Amino acid sequence: MSSLQNPPLSSDAAGAETRGLRLVRILLPVVVLAVGIVLWELVVRLNDIPPYVLPGPGAVFTTLIHDWPELSRSLLTTLLTTLEGFVAASIGGVALALLFNQSKWLEYSLFPYAVILQVTPVIAIAPLLLIYLPQQTAVVVCAWIVGFFPVLSNTTLGLNSVDRNLNGLFQLYGASRMQKLRYLKLPSALPFILGGLRIAGGLSLIGAVVAEIAAGSAGAGSGLAYRIAESGYRLNIPRMFAALLLLSVAGIVIYGLLALASHLILRRWHESALGKEI
Amino acid sequence: MGGPAALSEKGSSARAGVSVSLRGVTKVYDSGVAALGPLDLEVRNGEFVSLLGPSGCGKSTALRLIAGLSASTSGTVGISSRDGQMRTGHSIGFVFQEPTLMPWTSARENVRLPLKLAKMPPAESEARVHQALTHVGLSDFADAYPRELSGGMKMRVSLARALVTDPEILLMDEPFAALDEITRFRLNNDLLSLWRNLHKTIIFVTHSVFESVYLSERIIVMTSRPGRLSAEIRIDAPAARGEDFRTSAAYADYCRKVSNALAPSYAGQPGS
Repeated sequence: MSSLQNPPLSSDAAGAETRGLRLVRILLPVVVLAVGIVLWELVVRLNDIPPYVLPGPGAVFTTLIHDWPELSRSLLTTLLTTLEGFVAASIGGVALALLFNQSKWLEYSLFPYAVILQVTPVIAIAPLLLIYLPQQTAVVVCAWIVGFFPVLSNTTLGLNSVDRNLNGLFQLYGASRMQKLRYLKLPSALPFILGGLRIAGGLSLIGAVVAEIAAGSAGAGSGLAYRIAESGYRLNIPRMFAALLLLSVAGIVIYGLLALASHLILRRWHESALGKEI
Repeated sequence: MGGPAALSEKGSSARAGVSVSLRGVTKVYDSGVAALGPLDLEVRNGEFVSLLGPSGCGKSTALRLIAGLSASTSGTVGISSRDGQMRTGHSIGFVFQEPTLMPWTSARENVRLPLKLAKMPPAESEARVHQALTHVGLSDFADAYPRELSGGMKMRVSLARALVTDPEILLMDEPFAALDEITRFRLNNDLLSLWRNLHKTIIFVTHSVFESVYLSERIIVMTSRPGRLSAEIRIDAPAARGEDFRTSAAYADYCRKVSNALAPSYAGQPGS
């Protein structure tokens, strides 16, 4: 953050304070996690709970290591589905928003259906999709359905939030529609698009899992959600927890990566990516 | 760049000296509010004219009409370039009330925008961008992003962008209103020297009596909405003005005169 103005005199003290605050913000959740794990282990041991009712964190961890070859393959399958759904949602959402922005008629005719697709629970749509589509396609479509709406609505909002004077400036210099889109509307909308993508990343994972669960009983799936369903039938509770843990970690990593990408892209100009110290 | 200017001296007909002319121009908004006019105005080539009036008197509307950013309800707006041809748009530079910079890119790219929109290749526009930034004293800050610049510097970038197409007419819509007084005085001086050196026609909208007297050759005082011409005052002072003009008795006299001319415009307004 290289400001040309002189920094305030107390910037060193303020910097130390923010650094301290940041450390606390990282440490606190870690402490909570550690305390939680210890409590969990204690409850399991003191009450002598059998692992097929509630496995301790140790048992879950052992299962994770032991079943890693199988679990990692499933993780890869789920991640691939998520990625495909996410890419489809990003492209579809942005493309549809651009179309809507170019033609009001199209927006008025189609937007309500995008909303309907969004508010209908995907878990209810998934079984139908599995009937009409090949399983792998159906799973990706589910991930797409949940992921694309935030991208669409955020991009639409972004494209409509162009500064009025900048718009006038482009008009004054005779900018064509394409030039306006490329040099004005898309850059203006970028922070909104990235916000939408951040939501879509997590939602794509949820969509993929929901579809896998729905497909699970059909048997052909091999993703993490399928592992959870399968382990449930076999009362292999530690493996259910291990698979769940992997899903959570995958979700966190996806969110973290997208947040990082967004920060890197916007850090030089957008308020959201600038530190609070200025 | 210098070519057409040299030719124009010879080819001047009776009206060739006129750069901008408004005839019976009115603007009524869709809401039914009459914002402007009818207004008649002629601005000569190379003249510095200020439009002065209370807030909401249609000064900015007049400027937007001249720039072609909105259409007049009736009357004609004529823009003529020095070679006598009537043109619109391309020979005009516009400086908005806000700096109106694209926050996502550097000062250099902001200044380059008009040339980029005219599809000039970057290699060709580079020299002109550099020249425009040098004119406003910002050549060292070409790579800075708008948020890294102070309010005055942002306004300078905005001015450089308006100059980069080498327009004949510069329209300025209260460009320095949001700046502190010291920055504003410096920008006033810089604008005057740019005007002297580059021979632009400048139409400057302001609601500051002092600024208008300091800068202009001619002040058009407007009535409150709908904006009409209420008085026209010529400032007979040397073009090379500086701090000594700002503190002179003549300057104070002009300010008093313009203030008096402006008073009726405020007469009907509550609480101003």
